[in-house]
Amino acid sequence: MTELADQPVLRERPDRPAPRRPARRVPTPVLLIAPSLIFMTALFVWPTVVAVGQAFTGDDGPTAAYVRRMVDDPSFWPAVRYTALLIVVLIPIQFAFALTMALLLRERPRFAGVYFYLWVVPLAISDLAAGLVWLSIFTDRGYLNSVLDHLGVAGYSWLQFDHPVTMFLAVMVAELWRATSLVLVIVVAGLQGIPKDYDEAAAVFGATYWQRLRHVLLPQLRPSLQVAVILRTILALQTFAVAQALTGRNLPLLVGETYRWYNALLNPNVAAALALVVLGVSLLAAAGYLRLLREHPEARG
Amino acid sequence: MRRPWARAAAVQAACVAITLFMAVPMYLIALAALSSRESLNRFPLPLLPTDLSTETMSAFLRSTGVVPAFLNSLQVGLGTLVLSLLVGVPAGWALARYAFRGKEPYQLFLLLTRALPIVVLSVPLAKVFLTSGLYDTTYAVTLLHTALALPTTVLITAAVFVGVPRDQEEAAMIFGATPVQAFLRVVVPQALPGVAAAAMFAFVLSWNEVLGATILTLNQRTLPAQVLSTLSDSPLAYRFAGGLALVLPALLFIALMRRYLLNMWGATLR
Repeated sequence: MTELADQPVLRERPDRPAPRRPARRVPTPVLLIAPSLIFMTALFVWPTVVAVGQAFTGDDGPTAAYVRRMVDDPSFWPAVRYTALLIVVLIPIQFAFALTMALLLRERPRFAGVYFYLWVVPLAISDLAAGLVWLSIFTDRGYLNSVLDHLGVAGYSWLQFDHPVTMFLAVMVAELWRATSLVLVIVVAGLQGIPKDYDEAAAVFGATYWQRLRHVLLPQLRPSLQVAVILRTILALQTFAVAQALTGRNLPLLVGETYRWYNALLNPNVAAALALVVLGVSLLAAAGYLRLLREHPEARG
Repeated sequence: MRRPWARAAAVQAACVAITLFMAVPMYLIALAALSSRESLNRFPLPLLPTDLSTETMSAFLRSTGVVPAFLNSLQVGLGTLVLSLLVGVPAGWALARYAFRGKEPYQLFLLLTRALPIVVLSVPLAKVFLTSGLYDTTYAVTLLHTALALPTTVLITAAVFVGVPRDQEEAAMIFGATPVQAFLRVVVPQALPGVAAAAMFAFVLSWNEVLGATILTLNQRTLPAQVLSTLSDSPLAYRFAGGLALVLPALLFIALMRRYLLNMWGATLR
């Protein structure tokens, strides 16, 4: 606001001399961002430094013992594998799903408002709640087996510890149900920014729906899609409570292991080491994000 | 080319299918949580609400720690909302309306903090809070949740303020409004829905966050933390009731947001 006051041309106040910008003063924008900067340094940078200390210093100086203990744990590599698998399998399906939803809404069907409402409700549902919702479906005497029973098909122990495939599928369906709405909102917002002219021009010149989708819409949607991919990758890395609610510890994931080391095994040092692994991978994804922003500044947001 | 009505029918069918996928699980958790214990023990489970009872839900609400946890969640959520707006809105305004040195690095810093996983913050913060006496208080959880919400609050509010045309503000001042009047009467009304969306975002993030709240507390649990920490040794009925208790606010929240969501969406289709 002060900046506006510094533009005397806009204000006809001949009785007052035009205010001049004082020579040395903390600029207003710096004052405005300072609280957030201090806050985030205190709660992001500092803990990260403490975490490095926790993971690499023992009672007598620097040590790699905690890292070794983390890697030697029999659950560590399965947790890495399942986390990676979840990201690789879930995210493409999720994006195809979200794009389909957004394109369906773009057709302006009747009841579109109701559909949109129901499709975005999971935005506000926590991962723990989603896990519990799907637990009522996948548990041994749950709704899925009840339906199968009504149909005369024998039930199946979807979440039993020696059925890793169905356990993984259950976690994936729950995550698909819960987290696709985030991608949907980003894609819908992205579509919002695309002028309809190109699409209409392509239609006038006889392009089919798929041609327009492939050559007009998707290229323009690319920045939003890339942002969504990176955000979802970082969030999918942190998948935890869904698996906890559905499978307990039977399907190990990286963050779940951190929680176990901290909470059940009472070893914050190994927990910190694991947290740093998650951080490392997230930073890789974030680096991709930053690089993308340099290429397409419009993708910010 | 397909006929328009066939196309519309196909679109409707696909929409209905997706809606079923989204809505049926919510129906089922409500059904499970509102069934009596006795009917939850039956197999196959009834798929229609023939035997509704509040027994499961009220047992959940009477369990130790659930009501205090609910109040803690509310307190932490509102605290996060207020704190993140107080700190975040000025920064959003600065990003939207000023060109200043350090703007680029600041934005990169914001984006980078969004990439920091909650787990990385929670474990060391527990140590920091233990030494500073904040451990196991709702304030500790509020601080963590504000830190998580803040980058998004700043980015959303910046986008909101960018969307308010500078010209209108200047026009108001040409017609004699002071900068403060111009801000209050031109900027605020236009920015309010977006800022409200940012506020709700902060609240919901806090309401839903499980891991950090569990790690930073022992007795002052928030609702998700309470449910998570008692998960492994609680009966299925308790878990279903907990699931519904966590889902219901989401329905309410999206219903409240609906106006803004539809507004945003209306802008899409224009």
